Amino acid sequence: MTMRMMGMALGNNVALIVVAGCSSVIQGMGPKNSYGYPALNIAFAAGPAAASGMWRAFKQRNKDVTVVVWAGDGGTADIGFASLSGAAERNENFIYVCVDNEAYMNSGGQRSGSTPHGAVTPTTPEGKKENKKELLFLMLDHHVPYAATASVGYPHDLMDKLRRAKTIEGFRYLQVLTPDPYGWLFDPSRTAEVGKLAVQTCYWPLLEVVNGRVQVSNESLHCLRKETRRPLRDFLSVQGRYKRLNDQDYKELESYVDYTWDRILKLMRT
Amino acid sequence: MSLEYQVFPVSTPAEGAGGKTGNWRTVRPVVTDRCIGCNACFLWCPEGTIGVVGRKAKVYYEYCKGCGVCANVCPVKAIEMVMEQ
Repeated sequence: MTMRMMGMALGNNVALIVVAGCSSVIQGMGPKNSYGYPALNIAFAAGPAAASGMWRAFKQRNKDVTVVVWAGDGGTADIGFASLSGAAERNENFIYVCVDNEAYMNSGGQRSGSTPHGAVTPTTPEGKKENKKELLFLMLDHHVPYAATASVGYPHDLMDKLRRAKTIEGFRYLQVLTPDPYGWLFDPSRTAEVGKLAVQTCYWPLLEVVNGRVQVSNESLHCLRKETRRPLRDFLSVQGRYKRLNDQDYKELESYVDYTWDRILKLMRT
Repeated sequence: MSLEYQVFPVSTPAEGAGGKTGNWRTVRPVVTDRCIGCNACFLWCPEGTIGVVGRKAKVYYEYCKGCGVCANVCPVKAIEMVMEQ
């Protein structure tokens, strides 16, 4: 889904680096099963490193090509984080798209660093005890020129952000929330709905940071005040992975949302 | 200089290793008269098998897998999911 939107947004002259995940399974033998973009499949830990090399190679041959790394949240938050951090610190010129489905969905839905508190996965049958890793804030601490979050519930917003990212030089980070029906345990036809609910309940903030200036997207503006937020239970009750959630876990998740938005507000003031 | 061989990338389904994917589905989306041609289904369809022709949505049944996303995102509920015979 996100892949298709990215194609619409970025247009021509894109080369893709696919870090191991579901997206490397979708493509098969050419010419019929492949992507429309030139793609390089590579190991988890090597995506950003390969992209650094690739854009330099394109530059030497005088080609104006946007290099895009396409990685899951496992490849971003856990296994690939070292090379991602290195590339962000060197401010390499490529777009990094993290497709965040909040677990290792391709290998059976095991917990990852980006799985939220209370979610049931095959490796955390009682619900995860820790909070989600704050990938966006981690990337902001690398002083990258562009970092943003998006959701598949709002494709226009996602495409706008990708187009803006294409015009900026330097390391660009985009994290997209992609609800996964099989890991999150809801009906596949409600994918877009769940993506919207995550934004409406303020669980997933939509914002973009250009050169340190924080801009909250229109869809998330109501989250800035606590009274106007939609109750988090609307988002949790449609998913089967939160069925083990008790009242204390719910309070912790709520306080996690409050904490995230407090942090964003603090960033906006500075 | 650019990569000359690329075309405008809106993805369309094509026959893969598993053949045409139309026979995977158990329910089929049927567009009714209420359709206003707003392109929402086209935007969200994960397979690119629905599009607006004229002012009405048209489903390409050869590749549609019947996931039901289009019926859920439709703002006027113009798409019905009908059991496959």
